[in-house]
Amino acid sequence: MIPELGQFSLILALLIAIVQSTLPITGLVRKNSIWINSAKYLALLQFFLVLIAFMALMRSYIVSDFTVTNVVNNSHSNKPLLYKIVGTWGNHEGSILLWVLILVAFGGALSLFGSNIPTTLRARVLSVQGWICVGFISFMLFTSNPFERTFPPPLNGNDLNPLLQDIGLAIHPPLLYVGYVGFSIVFSFAIAALLEGEVSSAWARWVRPWILISWTSLSAGIALGAWWAYYELGWGGWWFWDPVENVSFMPWLVGTALLHSAIVTEKRGAFKAWTVLLAILTFSLSLLGTFIVRSGLLTSVHSFAVDPERGIYILILLALSIGGSLLLFAYRAPSLEGGGLFSPISRESGLLLNNLFLTTSAAIVLFGTLYPLFLEGITGEKISVGPPFFNISFTPIGLMLGSTMAIGPYLKWKKADIAGILSRIKFLIFVSLGVSLFVWYLKTSGPVFAIVGVGVSFWLFTATLFEWMDRVKLINKDYSDIFKRIRSQPRSANGMTIAHLGMSFIILGVVCSSAWKEEVIGFVEKGSQLEVASFLVTFGGVSLYQGPNYNSEKATVKVEKDGKFLENLYPERRSYLATGTSTTESAIRQSLAGDLYVTISEPANNKFKGKWVLRLIYEPLVNFIWLGASFLALGGIISITDKRYKVGRTFKYRRTKPANKVVRLDNF
Amino acid sequence: MRRFVFLTPLALSLIIGAFAVWGLLNDRNPSEIPSALINRSVPNFDLLPLPGLNSPGLSKKELLNLEKVSVVNFFASWCLPCRAEHQSFIKLSRNDDIELLGINYKDNDKDALDWLTELGNPYTYVGNDFSGRTGIDWGITGVPETFIVNKNGKVVHRFSGPLVGERFEEFKELLMLELK
Repeated sequence: MIPELGQFSLILALLIAIVQSTLPITGLVRKNSIWINSAKYLALLQFFLVLIAFMALMRSYIVSDFTVTNVVNNSHSNKPLLYKIVGTWGNHEGSILLWVLILVAFGGALSLFGSNIPTTLRARVLSVQGWICVGFISFMLFTSNPFERTFPPPLNGNDLNPLLQDIGLAIHPPLLYVGYVGFSIVFSFAIAALLEGEVSSAWARWVRPWILISWTSLSAGIALGAWWAYYELGWGGWWFWDPVENVSFMPWLVGTALLHSAIVTEKRGAFKAWTVLLAILTFSLSLLGTFIVRSGLLTSVHSFAVDPERGIYILILLALSIGGSLLLFAYRAPSLEGGGLFSPISRESGLLLNNLFLTTSAAIVLFGTLYPLFLEGITGEKISVGPPFFNISFTPIGLMLGSTMAIGPYLKWKKADIAGILSRIKFLIFVSLGVSLFVWYLKTSGPVFAIVGVGVSFWLFTATLFEWMDRVKLINKDYSDIFKRIRSQPRSANGMTIAHLGMSFIILGVVCSSAWKEEVIGFVEKGSQLEVASFLVTFGGVSLYQGPNYNSEKATVKVEKDGKFLENLYPERRSYLATGTSTTESAIRQSLAGDLYVTISEPANNKFKGKWVLRLIYEPLVNFIWLGASFLALGGIISITDKRYKVGRTFKYRRTKPANKVVRLDNF
Repeated sequence: MRRFVFLTPLALSLIIGAFAVWGLLNDRNPSEIPSALINRSVPNFDLLPLPGLNSPGLSKKELLNLEKVSVVNFFASWCLPCRAEHQSFIKLSRNDDIELLGINYKDNDKDALDWLTELGNPYTYVGNDFSGRTGIDWGITGVPETFIVNKNGKVVHRFSGPLVGERFEEFKELLMLELK
């Protein structure tokens, strides 16, 4: 009964979506204000209907209702409750339902909190949102119905892939989806603006909070995915340039470009067509990601059940949405009037440079990801593009971006005095060069990019911090009312500083953990010792224990340094009973200086029967990646709370009174 | 001119779309890796017989001396799909034009012997690849894996996974083509 209720709600939601995608926009043509206003209520109604469907599926998982095919395929009655709940979106059908839930939640949120936006624009945005909903709800109902029943019901389910039975799954996909799908609102804003034929500064201000929310979630989602791969997959890495990772990274790169170009549109009324294009591209790349993951077009370690029918359906959706929007763009964008003029050295130019770097790197990732497909299509040859390509092509651009983004915040709008800026911060350049040279002296063997990278990270960190200190007058050693001054800064300016500091941490972590990683593998038995990066590791044997739905072989590994005992680590090898698969549970000794990462596995060769394979990896400074990612997210959150985006309140934007001299709005 | 600039994103996305359509509609498996051995001579190997079995061991020299179309099948007693495809080879062993050669992969001698006694031994030669070294030389990704080798000792086809049902029919067709 309950699954049918969910099914029914989903069908109703599709019908409502059809109405939402046509009625308000027809109302705009016919000047019928009731029809126009209906958008708001339709979007809310749709949200509740999809929520009911989602709850119904979640309930089927919680009570292990094995009459539902989806539950049979992906759950098991012995599974811990948390993973039963999480399992709702640990499969293709359920994850699409979550995708749609977030999609309609954004529509609902725009209805509730978007009262500062003119009704006509909002009606258009919600109509466009309705088109996307029609596409995805129908996709779900026709090709991937989560509520399909099975008869006779089996006694138990097939269980969820053990790798997914992890807390990472509880948060990584929802966050990633909020990021992906959040850009749908931004996309709808762009389409609505193209339909209206006008992109104004106000438009950029209205859309900005939505860009920030999506960007923040996407950043956090990607970082969590990397973190999950790091500790759960047991390969000792956090990024593999796998197609599915790449497709989440591309919207992030383009979305970051959008985040910056929208500032120019908001403040200076320039880059209009470009901002609209980026908004379209960001969501298009999110859709492309969904398509690649679900269609089996490329080979990847992340797999969903592959079904060509689904692939074709999504491809048609893609053709309509991406093709249609880019066609509309080609038709309407030339008439968007450009805004204020600026000199080659100005904040506008700086942001333009940032956009060039970001979109170029996105293009590189896109090319590398799709290259195997292109090559196979043209020559029939099969290849895979691996990390070397991405490392070589991406690293230089990343480092250039890192070193120029340090200057950006110093630049003034319209015309900046670069010589003046450089003379103020040239000592930072020298110190950063010194840091690079010092690293070179310490690690003569290190790769060039790593030596440069540490310098770039240091430069970005100090220059960003110095600019902020200058802004809050810390440079002048004026400590009076310091907190008041920090608080009187626009939130978005503080957010920017925090996010830029986060980037410097990420660069440091990425560079050091990939360049100076140390790895030792050995066949061990009780009492064997291995050494890695000045740690002495003793294997203390393996004991058995039983988990709720798995058996585990747990090793005790003693870690010592300089003859001093540090701690015992317990890496595990788990065999899940229902699926018969096993997973590696790594044990990590975490510290800011670096992680000691320990995994065990059974030797593949019979010759070593009775021994264990012990793998030790030392990843220096790897935690700076997660620290940096949290700074990015924190910066995003702080920016969202900026006064001028105050959502849900009638908008009254005034420059903060000039009486408060500390606020330099031109220096945001 | 200005218009054309604004059309570039659409044009690029159409190109990508065309490749995507091709990739989807074409019957292809992106995770299938073609064997590097195709159209090359079989790699060097020399394997001892399985103790207790009255089939001789297998080496490259012996394979070349056969001067017959041969089927090289990697199997193991611990591999369930191998058990599933075994009947196909029993059927195939009735054909005298084909030489069936087995390579027992990373297996325990006694288990392999029991397995062949229980299910029947369709192979004229069985090499014992206990270390898995020969498997590496042939570039196998798992068991079962089956190669068709022509009269001159050249590898012409490779199949990974069990040869049952439709796949077995496909395999037989290719084999018959080779015999002609």
